[in-house]
Amino acid sequence: MKNIFLFIRRYLSFFSFLLLQVIAIVMLSNSSKTHQAFFASTANEVTGNINKRYSGLRDYFGLKETNRLLAEENARLRNLLPANFQSPDNSKQHFVDSLVKDSLGHLRKYTWLPAKVVFNTYSLQTNYITIERGSDQGVKKGMAAICPQGIVGVVVETSANFSKIMSLIHRNSKVSAMLKKDQSTGSLEWDGSDPGYLTLRNVTKGAKVAKGDSVVTSNYSANFPSQLMIGTVAEIASESSSNFYSLKIKTATNFFSIQYVYLIENVRYTEQVQLETNTLKTP
Amino acid sequence: MSSLLKNIIRFVLFILFQVYILNQVPPLHQFIVPYIYFLFILWLPFNISHFWLLIISFVFGLTLDFFTGSYGLHAAPCVLIAYIRPFLLNLLIPQDTTEQSYIEPGRKSMGWAPYALYVGILSFVHHFYLVLIEWLQFGTFLYFIGKVAGNTAISLLMILIAELLFNRTGRYRATK
Repeated sequence: MKNIFLFIRRYLSFFSFLLLQVIAIVMLSNSSKTHQAFFASTANEVTGNINKRYSGLRDYFGLKETNRLLAEENARLRNLLPANFQSPDNSKQHFVDSLVKDSLGHLRKYTWLPAKVVFNTYSLQTNYITIERGSDQGVKKGMAAICPQGIVGVVVETSANFSKIMSLIHRNSKVSAMLKKDQSTGSLEWDGSDPGYLTLRNVTKGAKVAKGDSVVTSNYSANFPSQLMIGTVAEIASESSSNFYSLKIKTATNFFSIQYVYLIENVRYTEQVQLETNTLKTP
Repeated sequence: MSSLLKNIIRFVLFILFQVYILNQVPPLHQFIVPYIYFLFILWLPFNISHFWLLIISFVFGLTLDFFTGSYGLHAAPCVLIAYIRPFLLNLLIPQDTTEQSYIEPGRKSMGWAPYALYVGILSFVHHFYLVLIEWLQFGTFLYFIGKVAGNTAISLLMILIAELLFNRTGRYRATK
């Protein structure tokens, strides 16, 4: 017994080294899978608060750009106002809609929330965006995040007042996308080299694709509404060993200067995901 | 200023500098990510015990991980260099004299050449391990080699600048 204690004492530093290494590796492998590491959400709250102060300082430098983007978006939305359109002459036919309820039975599928970005990285392999809106303000895991120019990422972690978005430029990020022109879908990933470009894999070679084509979110995604802008095709590479193209996509979103994002909640997200995973389990 | 207080301040400053300045630098090239935070571990005092050195490094690495969101990615290389550090110091510096008269490793306490070797080896090991962990999750071999080389070069450059900027006195330790 004494020898065991002596042995442990002698190699204390080696054992503690091994132990700490194992802890680190286990945390790493857990965090990249589930994003629910040890006390992650408390730490999120603490670092979120520090990030918020820093962001308050940095915001002044980005005001001009943010202003321009919002003005652009306003202009686009104003263009959609009914006041801009000349309505057809209907003086001869006159209908009075007596129904108060939407007789077509529309149900709401997506709700939108604005959120302020307090921290953003783009120089690492695993890039996250922290926003100041948490589970108390209605953020849930799996919500999609977009900005005025294009899509940004998916919420992976929430605490009371902050949330973390896995950016599109994250090595594990995967979003279902399609070509706007002929709706051939593929899976959107990031190869880790240039934050301005994404890769769209598994696009069938039957697709008629050209440089400059728009890429939008597909109809298959559970968290993103369809037809949201992602980017444009910058380079076409056909994989000789398979029947697929892999396309280089120039992102519409400028990941270096995101100030505000909109979070989109699919009201039926859980239902859809549950059904999809259930089906996968049965052989 | 006591050694403890000085190192606590360094802890905070290195983390803030890494997170809010270096990680905010627009990407220069896919192989180059500027890292300097681990210099904190290289500058820890000589007389700290091996066990506590490991614990401090683990906490330090983990603190950075909480900011970057990849729990454990920086903690693992930090613990590795903290483990190697005492062995390397034993090899590089004359026994019994330096450790007793100086507080922490530096170019004044060790001399330029051994200190450069010390910093060079530990930065290389740190980046090798850091990129290895990343590479096992994704990436190609060229990416691995290129990134280790690029990161080590940029880190050494920044450490050199830090050494020239902050003229650490390397005070003699008060005789007990």
